[in-house]
Amino acid sequence: MSERVNEKKKSPKPEAVLPTLGPLGMLRWAWTQLTSMRTALFLLLLLAVAAVPGSLFPQRPANPAIVTQYIKDHPDYGSILDSVQLYDVYSSAWFSAIYILLFVSLIGCVIPRAIAHYKAMRSQPPRTPARLSRLPEYGTLVIPADAGIPASAAITDAAELLKKRGYRVDVRDRDGARPSLGAERGFLREVGNLVFHTALIGVLVSVAAGGLFGYSGQRILVEGDTFVNTLVGYDQFTPGTNFQSSQLQPYSVQLDKFDITFDRESKGKFGQPIDFTAAVTTKENPDAPAKKEVLKVNDPLSLGGTSVYLTGNGYAPVVTIRDGAGNVAMQGPVVAKLQGENYYSSVVIKVPDAKPEQLAFAGFFLPTAFVTDKGVSFSGDPELINPQLTLNSYFGDLGLDAGSPQNVFELDVKKLTPLNARNLDTKGIVLAPGSSYTLPNGKGSISFDGVKRYIGVDIHHNPGQLYALIFALLAVAGLVTSLYVNRRRVWVRTGTHEDGRTMVEYGLLARGEDHRLAGEAAAIRKLLSDDWLLGDEAATGSQPAPSATADNDRADKASTATGSTGAGGTHAAPEQPAEDFIQSTAGSSESKKDQ
Amino acid sequence: MPFSINETMGQYSELFMLLAAGTYTVAFIAFAWDLAKSSKTLRAVDLKAAELSGAAAEANAARVPVGVGAGAAAADAARSDADVSGPAGRAERPTSATSRPDTAAGAGQTADGSMRYAGERRAPARVAVALTVLGAAIHAAGVITRALGAGRVPWGNMYEFLTTGAFVAVAVFLLVLIRRDLRFLGTFVIGLAIIMLVAASIAFWTPVGHLVPALQSYWLIIHVSIAVMSSALFTLTFAMSALQLVQSHRQKTIAAGGADKLGFMRLVPNALSLENLSYRINAIAFVGWTFTLMFGAIWAEKAWGRFWGWDTKEVWTFVIWVVYAGYLHARATRGWTGTRAAWLSIVGYLCVVFNFTIVNQFFNGLHSYSGL
Ligand code: HEM
Repeated sequence: MSERVNEKKKSPKPEAVLPTLGPLGMLRWAWTQLTSMRTALFLLLLLAVAAVPGSLFPQRPANPAIVTQYIKDHPDYGSILDSVQLYDVYSSAWFSAIYILLFVSLIGCVIPRAIAHYKAMRSQPPRTPARLSRLPEYGTLVIPADAGIPASAAITDAAELLKKRGYRVDVRDRDGARPSLGAERGFLREVGNLVFHTALIGVLVSVAAGGLFGYSGQRILVEGDTFVNTLVGYDQFTPGTNFQSSQLQPYSVQLDKFDITFDRESKGKFGQPIDFTAAVTTKENPDAPAKKEVLKVNDPLSLGGTSVYLTGNGYAPVVTIRDGAGNVAMQGPVVAKLQGENYYSSVVIKVPDAKPEQLAFAGFFLPTAFVTDKGVSFSGDPELINPQLTLNSYFGDLGLDAGSPQNVFELDVKKLTPLNARNLDTKGIVLAPGSSYTLPNGKGSISFDGVKRYIGVDIHHNPGQLYALIFALLAVAGLVTSLYVNRRRVWVRTGTHEDGRTMVEYGLLARGEDHRLAGEAAAIRKLLSDDWLLGDEAATGSQPAPSATADNDRADKASTATGSTGAGGTHAAPEQPAEDFIQSTAGSSESKKDQ
Repeated sequence: MPFSINETMGQYSELFMLLAAGTYTVAFIAFAWDLAKSSKTLRAVDLKAAELSGAAAEANAARVPVGVGAGAAAADAARSDADVSGPAGRAERPTSATSRPDTAAGAGQTADGSMRYAGERRAPARVAVALTVLGAAIHAAGVITRALGAGRVPWGNMYEFLTTGAFVAVAVFLLVLIRRDLRFLGTFVIGLAIIMLVAASIAFWTPVGHLVPALQSYWLIIHVSIAVMSSALFTLTFAMSALQLVQSHRQKTIAAGGADKLGFMRLVPNALSLENLSYRINAIAFVGWTFTLMFGAIWAEKAWGRFWGWDTKEVWTFVIWVVYAGYLHARATRGWTGTRAAWLSIVGYLCVVFNFTIVNQFFNGLHSYSGL
């Protein structure tokens, strides 16, 4: 990337250029801006900022009811927030704009880089610089004349060693006076970076595809109930944009039994559920053999391309209701909705089949009923120790025939006449299992037959999920590769000194962040001197670059060059380093720098 | 079915936590003493050097001290050090071709840029490290007994996140100390560990207990442990980035001929070395955070049926990830390295802290497992 960055800095200030640009030039200018690293950085930071409000305000996709309530509670600014989509942050125009721009920018960056990298991988390492001593890592070796290794053999040896080390090597001017080689390795770094960024696009596309072709729904199952995966089988269903009902495979799930374990050990958490286990019988399709399975939290069922999750549970009191005519108008479990501690739940029973008048009940179910001195009832334990139903009753027209859908958990009593209520003479109805109550005025009766448990399940189908995972894994692999593979270049030049010794100099350059370059230089030095039997002194002698003092020397040079007034004064930094090492007077295996 | 609870173990654990906090407090004092003492000695060395160099050097006095005290020691350390894997004070940011004046090594600087141990002995620092090791051992006992008491991994509620998180932070710090002389971060890391332990014991105390069913998954072990380790690394880089800002300000002041008011900062390597090392640690932590995010998504898919739902905790995990991605980009963007990158690293860490404290306690979401 550094090249790209460098290129940028050379271009003149955009403002200065603007007036002279034609429409095409404008477009090109906009594109260059959009695909620049600076813009990418800006968009990334903007994305981070833009994601925050979604955690501050309630979000519609997660919880529409809370959003409605929030708008009601804040009449002053509630609807203003809505108009700028702060309740739908992640599908809002502005959030989408940021990430779409980011990804356009990313594509605009990835494609040219991929092409450039493809070319780089096929081309030879760059030509040998005239002054190797200017490279960040530089060192020299001297092969004695009597070793019988001429300059051309030395360069061949070095080429062999570097090839073994994974470098791509190009030898230049092998039989000339100054043979040299250029070597490069670590092309995977850039590949990793490209894979990483491309995989991010893959993740985004997979998520979008999941939204298009997936679906999800909910269903409540009382013990004994069976869910069949058809549209009518769902209590609630949310199709993706491109959903077709033929996608549903008609598998079935029957809830046989549901068990909860409550914490009876720890003090602070006494009575908290610590295990939910649903025993179910499943069939892949109506004709398939039945299979016993266990459904737990964190352990969904996989059926017909969907996953079935255990997301809720509660009690369902079983009641029998007779109408004024003495007929059974309703019989079965009623799902009680959790309201408070210890399964304190609300109950709504609507009996549209009751004759002559429709009946309705609303009240509470308590698994372990307690009543305080003040007459407030609460549930003392989640388990069925003293189950109790306390209900008010009503009669009249339930309005169910009008056809408009009603919430089964809510009862609109406006058009109904109360029969039993705490503030009436008749008082409320209080039932224990096995007991029954006869309604006033011969309206009928209700009996509390027993209690079952129910579970809530979520069913999801998301075809994008697997691809999102694959791309995410690719992204991580790319990331790790690009962070930990180092791209390096090595140049070696050899020559023969007038006195017959073979002089070798080498330099290393890293592309991108590479804190192990000095280590690599030392390793290469060691390999070369071992190969030429230069002995330990050359291998570990004072000449290799990796020493803090040498580095500081270099640093000081750099700062002098950029006009720093820093404390570089102690070293005499030569403005013209190493004219020619090979014909220098270097008598031993000392690097120029250390003289 | 979960293991049963062992209250006695839980009580032992709390005792260990208190002992660890006490030991850390002494270690903290030793680290602070080290900073104070070293800055004094170093100042004395400087004064002597200034005297010696006489009137001619007077104008330059502020810039001279470089090589004198630890400079020689640094050279020492470097000589004995063949593998040299660090950025080793190479005053160049590998991704930007030109080095800038304010990043040049030197100017009122004593600590070794490669963050290797120098030859000179710092007795209080040694005592501090020894005490930290002792504290960490006791702390480890606390974490382990907590795990035994609850019969599961000790990270299921805020109390446990804090106590285990503090342990991991200290352990990571000690591990890095093996290779790098980061003792100048001691007051910060140990101070933070003490705060975490105290906060856990006072504000977030929770007796040993079972996990709610939603947390009973091997993903808890994988996802949370990686998150805690990445956070520990982010903690180190946060401290280094903060010091980097101070140090680069100080370097600039001194280079401009100003007085060196922050003597203890001599113990701290130059701004560029701090930046380079914190970049490397941040890169590791970023990979860790990527895994945290991914494994979190996989777990969310298992537990809630969707891998991403913009739950508050997910939002903040994402924000953190994007901020650190921004940080990595900043290091490759001209004009954004150095101070600005340090700010990004700091902002990222503030988000981590926010995600851990405020989001856990005050934001409702599916992740409301703080145990409160
Ligand atoms: C707008 C489009 C983007 C462009 C032009 C872009 C460009 C780049 C470049 C050039 C690098 C290499 C830096 C180096 O050489 O050190 C890089 C690294 C990185 N990018 Fe992006 N990027 C973009 C979007 C993103 C996005 C959306 C993310 C994720 C949120 C991301 C995350 C990363 C990470 C984590 C790295 C560091 C890993 C590495 O060095 O390979 N980038 N990016």
